[in-house]
Amino acid sequence: MTGQGIGASVPRKEDDRYMRGRGQYVGDIRRPGMLEVAFVRSPLAHARLRAIHVPEALTGRVYTMDDLDGVNAIRATSTLPGYKPTDQWPLARGKVRQVGELVAMCVAPTRAEAEDVAAQIELDLEELPAVVDMLAARRSGAPLVHEAFGDNIYLVSSFDGDIESAAARADVKVTREIRTARQCMLPIEGRGVVAEWNARLDQLTVWSSAQMPHIVRTGLSEVLNLRQAQVRVIPPDVGGGFGYKGILLPEEVCLSWLAMRLGRPVRWLEDRREHLTANANCREHHYKITGYATRDGRLLAVEAEAHVDSGAYSSYPFSACLEAGQVTSILPGVYDFEAYRARAYAVATNKPPILPYRGVGRTGVCFAMELLIDALAREIGMEPHEFRRRNLVRPDQMPFENITKKYFDSGDYPEALRRAVEALDVDAWRRRQAQGESDGRRIGVGISMYCEQAAHGTSVYAAWGVPMIPGFEQAALRITPDGGLEIRVGTHSHGQSHETTFAQVAHEVLGIALEKIHLVHGDTALTPYSTGTWGSRAMVMAGGAIAAACTELVPRLLGIGAHLLQQSASAVRLDGDRVVGPEGSVSIADIARVWYLAPQDLPLDADAHGLEVTAGYKLERDTGTFSYAAHAVALAVDTDTGLVEILDYVIVEDGGTLVNPMVVDGQIYGGVAQGVGTALYEEMPFDSHGQPLASTLSDYMIPGPTEVPAVRILHMETPSPLSAFGIKGIGEGGAIAPPAAIANAINDALAPLGVEMTESPVSPHRIFNAIRAARDETAA
Amino acid sequence: MKPSSFDYAVPRTLDEAVALLNGDPAAKLIAGGQTLGPMLNLRLVQPTLLIDITRIPELTRIEETGDGIVFGACVTHAAFEDGRVPDPAGGALRRVARGIAYRAVRTRGTIGGSLAHADPAADWLSCLAALGAEVIAYDGHGRRTMPVATLMTGVFETAIREGEILEGVRVPRPSKQARFGYYKICRKTGEFAEAIGAVLFDPERGVHRAVAGATEAPPIVIEDAAAFLQEDGDLDAVKARLGEHGLTDPYSLQLHAVALQRAAMEAWL
Repeated sequence: MTGQGIGASVPRKEDDRYMRGRGQYVGDIRRPGMLEVAFVRSPLAHARLRAIHVPEALTGRVYTMDDLDGVNAIRATSTLPGYKPTDQWPLARGKVRQVGELVAMCVAPTRAEAEDVAAQIELDLEELPAVVDMLAARRSGAPLVHEAFGDNIYLVSSFDGDIESAAARADVKVTREIRTARQCMLPIEGRGVVAEWNARLDQLTVWSSAQMPHIVRTGLSEVLNLRQAQVRVIPPDVGGGFGYKGILLPEEVCLSWLAMRLGRPVRWLEDRREHLTANANCREHHYKITGYATRDGRLLAVEAEAHVDSGAYSSYPFSACLEAGQVTSILPGVYDFEAYRARAYAVATNKPPILPYRGVGRTGVCFAMELLIDALAREIGMEPHEFRRRNLVRPDQMPFENITKKYFDSGDYPEALRRAVEALDVDAWRRRQAQGESDGRRIGVGISMYCEQAAHGTSVYAAWGVPMIPGFEQAALRITPDGGLEIRVGTHSHGQSHETTFAQVAHEVLGIALEKIHLVHGDTALTPYSTGTWGSRAMVMAGGAIAAACTELVPRLLGIGAHLLQQSASAVRLDGDRVVGPEGSVSIADIARVWYLAPQDLPLDADAHGLEVTAGYKLERDTGTFSYAAHAVALAVDTDTGLVEILDYVIVEDGGTLVNPMVVDGQIYGGVAQGVGTALYEEMPFDSHGQPLASTLSDYMIPGPTEVPAVRILHMETPSPLSAFGIKGIGEGGAIAPPAAIANAINDALAPLGVEMTESPVSPHRIFNAIRAARDETAA
Repeated sequence: MKPSSFDYAVPRTLDEAVALLNGDPAAKLIAGGQTLGPMLNLRLVQPTLLIDITRIPELTRIEETGDGIVFGACVTHAAFEDGRVPDPAGGALRRVARGIAYRAVRTRGTIGGSLAHADPAADWLSCLAALGAEVIAYDGHGRRTMPVATLMTGVFETAIREGEILEGVRVPRPSKQARFGYYKICRKTGEFAEAIGAVLFDPERGVHRAVAGATEAPPIVIEDAAAFLQEDGDLDAVKARLGEHGLTDPYSLQLHAVALQRAAMEAWL
């Protein structure tokens, strides 16, 4: 054990440049002769595009869809029955369907001048009635976002079960309407694209702040009718993704076309206003959910109808299906109950497309299910954690196939709950709650649990039939002449610390010091094909591929090492970064030097494959690893103002074998910050015409350092039986549970007032209105 | 977004600044730029000339007299927060300054810029109105003063005339027994206030002033605060009084009543 392998909390290799401000993002790239682009975007949510008036003086500086000859629409397909795809033209054609939709592309030496150009373009729009609310969008007679659909539904997905017999045995039945607000994902770095045509290579180079560069390459070549060899996508440092950068952007298509047309490099950087008011959103769900239980705390059945406001277009590659389509299958969460029925609608509206955001459907699902659990517990008068305990999947049932056939690979859910209850000291909070606060605030305690499917592969996505189905993940390794190691993978880091954690996996197998391991990732010209970094898959999949490739190198190293030690290959072994024989040893550096620089010293029967290898990895059972956690929070609600202060926050999580516990903690902290945002702050409201109402960060509120609690994390480590080293994907969990835990705690605090909050964010205004309504009801 | 094109001037004297201001009807003064910067970037304002007044020595002066202190308009919030300038109100200015937005904003943002911008949610507007401060305006020929309480005429509008520069603010010294309370309700630290309550009880000088700020209108200044604000007083009386001043939205009324009541409690303690 050298303290650098799996399980070591080594400091991040990438911090040296990040902490010194030496990261290089798309915005740092300057190409000779580069021009800047600003877009004219639709000011209306729904309108017929009659004409675009470009002043004659601006000819050659403004481009519309009519100019983009030969460019295809972006089309995210899926084989799910009944799914309706959309044609998303890179620049609007015929109609605009959301505020902020791209209409014209303006180019100038600077962004300010490009904006001057954009300001001179006049749009002739015939306004159409907008569909703004997902429930209203389903009513007959609602305006149609896509006429060809005949309705406003991308997809209906169902889980049909018989709940009647179980429901008949229930003592209590609780029904709730639950809603989560539409949000923006708000990575610190927005999107950005630099595109350049290289005549010598006959190749388009696109630098893009992207999570899935290989998918962008495939998408661009299809939309632009280029051979894939003619497209190279390079993601430089990426300042946060969270799902927002897992899409083929219309802007990427536009800039690529423009670079080819002009023969000059062009750049577009998304500004905060574009991010907030024009580009993809996330999270907006609505549930009508009913739970059936017995008085002694047994959950019998759940029935739900869910809607996801999927916006105006189905984005490539995940499509409008992914968010809504998984709602029905993941709603049962961590519980074991006998009867279930659910239906989910992916609804088209005149708002930006929904993309999967950290936690994807799970944050909304967890909010709905965990609020229902608390409502049932209150109904039967049971402590909510006790009600949970009685219904969790038990460790002796693992691996467990749940009611929707999800395969929970391993874990001890009741133990995570028990530890969370103990660590928060729920009993102590109950006593304090009973005493009352001197400042009049009300104390509440809340818990929520989830499990997170990660690194699910071919079998799962083949059923979706989307343009991108993950298969074998590959890693290409090269031992360098000085005994270092280059790792090449097609995933890309948007903040996950891959340069460190991937190196730790390689170190675990080959013993090469982390300082000598170099990660090359993302660049499509240098790395094996990959669907990229999404679904908490990179550590499991790319990590597994790296381990597999390292393992393939071992016999080759042993072969050369044995020869240098004048031993038979069976008499030597790899120990740390040395091949050790009965007498003496040689280092990997010695072996590499011989292979590259002194081949005359090689054995005659040396393996011609040498010290480079590409290996693939796939989980034998690719249904995914399931990490899980219990979040427990204590908070105080000021009933005079509706303001909430989080007083303590405990997470007991189980991510299987942790490669770098410090990095895992960082992932959880970051996720919790976003979860607190969903719970209490973040909301992108629209008016009845489909106008986004938060156009700056003073309107769109996110938690800052003072609003994010000092979370206490307790780890459990139940290895996954499915993956290399027992690693589970953990990237998203931190963002899944906080909204439910916090809302449950608020409801716990306000229950004596007859108040129950069922909509996120649980803002002071909503709390005030609910308290007022409850008082009015009591008075009446 | 990037600003539209403008010229930039850095005058070294107040008279030079006034001359520049009068020479271009589309000119705008910039001090800390903490609000104007984003407004320029969003093209909400498109001046042809920006006059940077932060290098004018008169505008960072401090002038102490027996009954008050004059602060130049370009004294930063951070200067108050750090105690680098004297505080006539026994620490009240320092405390209020500490709660303005974020430190980065306080480092550049100025007291005069905040008053001249007249955002209803600004701390100085409510705090200085409660303290009975007045602003000094200069037009190149002479100076006039007006109470902070009546400076703001509407959202982002003040009684400062075209061609005038808000030169400074004079804050009177309350008497030794005076009590000041200040309470602001924000959804998060550093965010724009949703309600501000400021209270000055200075019985020696016969002042019982309450100010309700961040009302999306000029601050509400009430001179007989003792009549409706008491320790452990009930919110309904406060709400009724604020209702007379045009606050009707139930939530807004609630927050402003709470802010005032809590400011009063602080002043009593």
